[in-house]
Parts: sequence; C-alpha cells; structure tokens
Amino acid sequence: MSNAPSNAQSSAMRRDLCFKILARHIRDQIIVPVYQAAQEWHGISPDHALTYYSIGAMGQASSCALGLALARPDKGVVVLDGDGSLLMNLGTLVTIANQKPANLLHFVCQNGEYEANGGHPIPGRDQVDFAALARAAGYRRTDTIATLDDFEAKIAGLLAEPGPVFVALKLVAGPPPSQDYAFIHGAPTRAAFKAALNKG
Amino acid sequence: MSGAPITGAAILDQIAASGIEFIVSVPDITTSAGLLWPIVEDKRFRLIRVCKEDEGVSICAAMSMCDKRALLLIQYTGLLDSINALRSAGCEYKMPVCVMAGLLAKEPGVPPTQSRSFGVRIVEPILDTMQIPHALMEDAGDERHIRPAIDAAYARSYPTALLIGRQM
Repeated sequence: MSNAPSNAQSSAMRRDLCFKILARHIRDQIIVPVYQAAQEWHGISPDHALTYYSIGAMGQASSCALGLALARPDKGVVVLDGDGSLLMNLGTLVTIANQKPANLLHFVCQNGEYEANGGHPIPGRDQVDFAALARAAGYRRTDTIATLDDFEAKIAGLLAEPGPVFVALKLVAGPPPSQDYAFIHGAPTRAAFKAALNKG
Repeated sequence: MSGAPITGAAILDQIAASGIEFIVSVPDITTSAGLLWPIVEDKRFRLIRVCKEDEGVSICAAMSMCDKRALLLIQYTGLLDSINALRSAGCEYKMPVCVMAGLLAKEPGVPPTQSRSFGVRIVEPILDTMQIPHALMEDAGDERHIRPAIDAAYARSYPTALLIGRQM
C-alpha cells in the first residue's frame, strides 16, 4: 500500500500546519489532544503546560475535556479529537450539548483513517458529516474547515466564541510527528499539568 | 441473613460529607428511587447525566485534576463496560475515580461472589484483579465505609468502588 498522497490529499490542509496556526492563538486555554494529534501538538507546543494528553483509552478526549470545562468554567478548553476516536464515543456529543459548557471548543481532526493503527479507513469515511452530527446533538455552533486560509481566518473568533462549539477539520497528517511516548504517558507530565492548572 | 436495609438518605449524607460536588450518572434501577431521583433535587450536588459510563470515568478523573471531587453512579453492567477507561485513567495513570455501582439482581444477604447472577459474581474478582478496593453497601450502617473509601481514593490517587447490594 502506498502512503503517497492522492491529488486530492496533496491540496488538503496539513495537520501540523493547522496546529502551528492554532498555537499562535493559544494563551491560557487547556488543550486536550489525542494520539497522533497529541504527538503533533507536543512537537509544536512542547512548553504549553496546560496540555491534558488524552491517550490510553481511545474516544475519551471530549469527556475528559467536559470534566475540565465543568470543573474550571473560568478556563477555555480546546479538544483536538480524532475522527476514529470520536466514533468510539459519539454519545459524548449529546452529553456535551446537554451540559452547554460555554468554555468548550471541540475540534475533530478528520483524516478519515485510524492513523495510529495501520491507516485503515474509519467506517463511513466518505459520507460521515461530523459537524452535522454535532449540530443535531445540540452544539451551539458547528463548522467544517478544510483549508488553512479558512482556519486562519476563523480561529480567533472560534476561540472567543461561547461554546460548546464543534469544528470538523478536514485534513491530512503531513510528515509523521516525532513520537515521545515517555513524555506523553509520563506521570510527571500529568503532575505538571495539574500544578499549572491550579497555581495561583 | 439480611439486616435492615441501608437508606438512600444515609448514603447521600456520607457522599456529601466526603466532599463530593459532582454526581455523574447513567440511571440504574437499583439506585434510581433511593439515590438518583433524590440527587436531582439535592442542592448539595450537581448532577451530570452521561450517555455511557466510560464518559463518566473520564469526567471524574479530569475533575480530580481541578481538585474537584466527583462520584460516578452507575449499574455494575456499566462498570464492566468501562473497564478500559478505568484501567487507563484510574489504574495506569493513577487518578481517583470513585464508582458507586448498583448490583442489579443481587440477592440481599448473599455475597456478590455467590449470587445466581453471573454478572454480579464477576464484579469483585475483576476489581480485585485491578487492585481497586471495594465495599458492599447493603445494610444499615454500611454507609460508614463511604467517606473513608472516597478520602482514600483521593489521598492515594486511585479508583475505589462502592457496590450497592440491594434495590433501594
């Protein structure tokens, strides 16, 4: 199987470039990334102590984020979910919409595949509309973004807008991020997050 | 032999005394009338209804990062369904997740491991395998286990399970 991008992919938004734009806009928000998005985010923003790496149990990122958002309504919470991950926990959309956390921004990185598990397609990759699912669940606002220009134009507004907001990011992985499992899984990382979250 | 039954009011008083602020729940007929419906009206708690129990595991674990205490009120079947989330957040990442699970169809006075229900029989052995401490709440006075169990979970940063042994 070739990993070379198709013509459609070659013009698609790359996740690493998307996250670099996001990193420029992040201040004191909590970031909750999953799996390859977590590795990517760690590589791009290694010093963002308010990163809650949601790995270990696939599908749980948005639930972790909801817990953080409800317990700390003074902090913005940004989820960098995966499409395969979200499909494992679709009920979370209803739970979040029901709780109406104004401080929650839920991105799903929609690359259409289980990137960390062999590149197999997610079920329904060619027809599933994640933004429509979130809209039907009751998110206050939903969107789908497929270009870096559109992301750059909208990101500041998305971060400032009351939630819950859901945005499907149609993207491709780009160059493989470095894999720092020791850091992402490590107890010191969680301790540092907790300390940063509760200081002052 | 089965003693006088534990009451929902006694359980809720001990949950509140334990500093629990959030109750995260999927309904369970074992605890519906005695606990969950009263919680809806109880101003000491904020109820978060979730669609599936593993959501609740993650919510409770994340809240602990904010120094907020939460209790996951579910049925034992939901506990079984949440084993992977509990394994990850609770056991491997060592985060406190306090579970109160109704043992649907457990016979009062019969130890869970001797129940006629296969599902009930396997709960405690699974918790033992995961090194998750557990206590049975069935008779009046059993509520004394609640606060020490919750305090220990947060002090040790590890899950705990409180098993409701009869319908209330």
